[in-house]
Amino acid sequence: MSTETETPFGEPTDDIERKRLIGRVFVAICFASTLVGIVALVALIADVLYESWGWVTWEFLTYPPSQVVENFMPDARGAGIYPAIVGSVFLIALTAVFTIFLGVGAAVYLEEYAAESRLKSFIEANIANLAGVPSIVYGLLGLAIFVRAVQMGSSLIAGALTLTLLILPIVIVSTQEALRAVPDSQRQAAYGVGATKWQVIRDVVLPRALPGIMTGTILSLSRAIGETAPILMVGASTSLFVAPDGLTSPFSAMPMTVFDWAKRPEPEFQHIAAAGIVVLLTILLLMNAVAILIRNKYDPRA
Amino acid sequence: MSGADRTVNISNGNSEVNDRTSSIVKYVFFSCALVTVLTTLAIILVLVQGSFVFFREVSIVEYFTGTDWSPVIRPRSYGVLPLIWGTLVITLGSALIALPVGTATAIYLSEYADPDVRKVIKPTLEILAGIPTIVYGFFALSFITPLIQRVFPETGTFNAAAGAIVVGVMIIPMVSSLSEDAMSSVPDDLRNAAYGLGATKFEVSTNVVVPSALSGIIASYILALSRAIGETMAVTLAVGMSPQITANPLESMQTMTAYMVQIGISDVSIGSIGYQSLFAVGLTLFAMTLAMNLFSLWIKSRYREEYQ
Repeated sequence: MSTETETPFGEPTDDIERKRLIGRVFVAICFASTLVGIVALVALIADVLYESWGWVTWEFLTYPPSQVVENFMPDARGAGIYPAIVGSVFLIALTAVFTIFLGVGAAVYLEEYAAESRLKSFIEANIANLAGVPSIVYGLLGLAIFVRAVQMGSSLIAGALTLTLLILPIVIVSTQEALRAVPDSQRQAAYGVGATKWQVIRDVVLPRALPGIMTGTILSLSRAIGETAPILMVGASTSLFVAPDGLTSPFSAMPMTVFDWAKRPEPEFQHIAAAGIVVLLTILLLMNAVAILIRNKYDPRA
Repeated sequence: MSGADRTVNISNGNSEVNDRTSSIVKYVFFSCALVTVLTTLAIILVLVQGSFVFFREVSIVEYFTGTDWSPVIRPRSYGVLPLIWGTLVITLGSALIALPVGTATAIYLSEYADPDVRKVIKPTLEILAGIPTIVYGFFALSFITPLIQRVFPETGTFNAAAGAIVVGVMIIPMVSSLSEDAMSSVPDDLRNAAYGLGATKFEVSTNVVVPSALSGIIASYILALSRAIGETMAVTLAVGMSPQITANPLESMQTMTAYMVQIGISDVSIGSIGYQSLFAVGLTLFAMTLAMNLFSLWIKSRYREEYQ
């Protein structure tokens, strides 16, 4: 350390040394903090993989669950997570249909139609608040409205509607961002050749914004597929042996099944729960990968 | 605005039809936006109505001052304080981890990290926020609790400490990402002015950047805490189902959310006091998170213009 060149004004060198030390300690603390999150992520993934090792078999993916641990073991009758996989896929497909319709509709209204008014800022503040409502409260809403009041019972459609309301705020906000990214000049050009507002939205704005809308929606859906609390309140089943076959049939879902296994006292069920988590995380990873691919393919900034 | 709609469509001359379509479409879109307002109203209505039925049987005073919670098992008692205590312990415990770690991470990413490093680390940390909370519950049971038991052998299978730790990890990215956004948007002029006065990088970070980004940082804290309050599955699995007021974090407790799960998976009959208690607890939870979310929005809008 050539401290003498750093002190042209003849200040005490130990003061600068001390400041440098503080600076270095501070960077070390900040860097270590950054590592905390990363180490936790690695530990979590390693823990799940370690616990599930050897339990994710073909039978696990294709058989219904069982109350008996032995059935999950290799060379046994076979038991697994199949009805929950199908249930989750149906649930998310339905949720996607409702969410895209409502989310894009609401975002188009806010971005393309609504004037800067009290009403618009009220709706937007309301959406921001909804995004912060705990997911289990949405579960209560689904239970009271869809399951009880509308008499859907603990059905697939009640679960999907509940999840739709849960992720709607996130989808609306991400869709608004995608719509805002469409340059105004393109709208003006379409108006200039005589298009109506609806034609501008349908033929110019929405196609341009589609990749952004898709990315945001898929990311939100990947949050919905991992949600347990809302569908638990709606009454998703933990011991269902057949896949759902209609909108009104009872259903199970992957996170619900994992919860059922994880809370059991038998140590083997820890491994089985871990195996279920591996399946859940794999599907999540695939959904995220698709979203990122879409973004990278179409986003000029990426 | 409708003046723009009333244009001549040269290609097919159907402008009247298109005009009508436009206005129908507008109302369709408006009703989609209205769904979000109706959702809020429905949440409030459902919670208030359900709580109203509950409070016809149970005195509000007992609910808010009682220290015993047992609405299903006799002898019944309806003091919600043990559940609020459980939620408070988890929230404060997770804050103890997530706020310092998240803030330091944000400072590192915003002020020190190479842009290429930041591009990798920030999304990696955000993976933490995307992992389903049920997985954190499993992680607490199978990894964190055994780790705690190695140090404190008297720790129970279900304990508040493990719950607070995993919830803390879960909300780190909320704090770090939102705070980093706030710090990155502090204009470089402020940093350069401080450097010009002879400040070190440490002094610039702690005396200029952090205070300038304070409103964004605090907003991120409140959002993270509000998420911790509402966190359900991880704490249900990790902390357990024993509503009790104890200062020992190695014991099992129960949060408001975990109680709702307990009733959700049990077979209490609809309309019973146990079922109605769901709505009272739900309303309490909703009121707490709503207050925090409004506070966070208020802070952001109140101090937004200051450093732009």
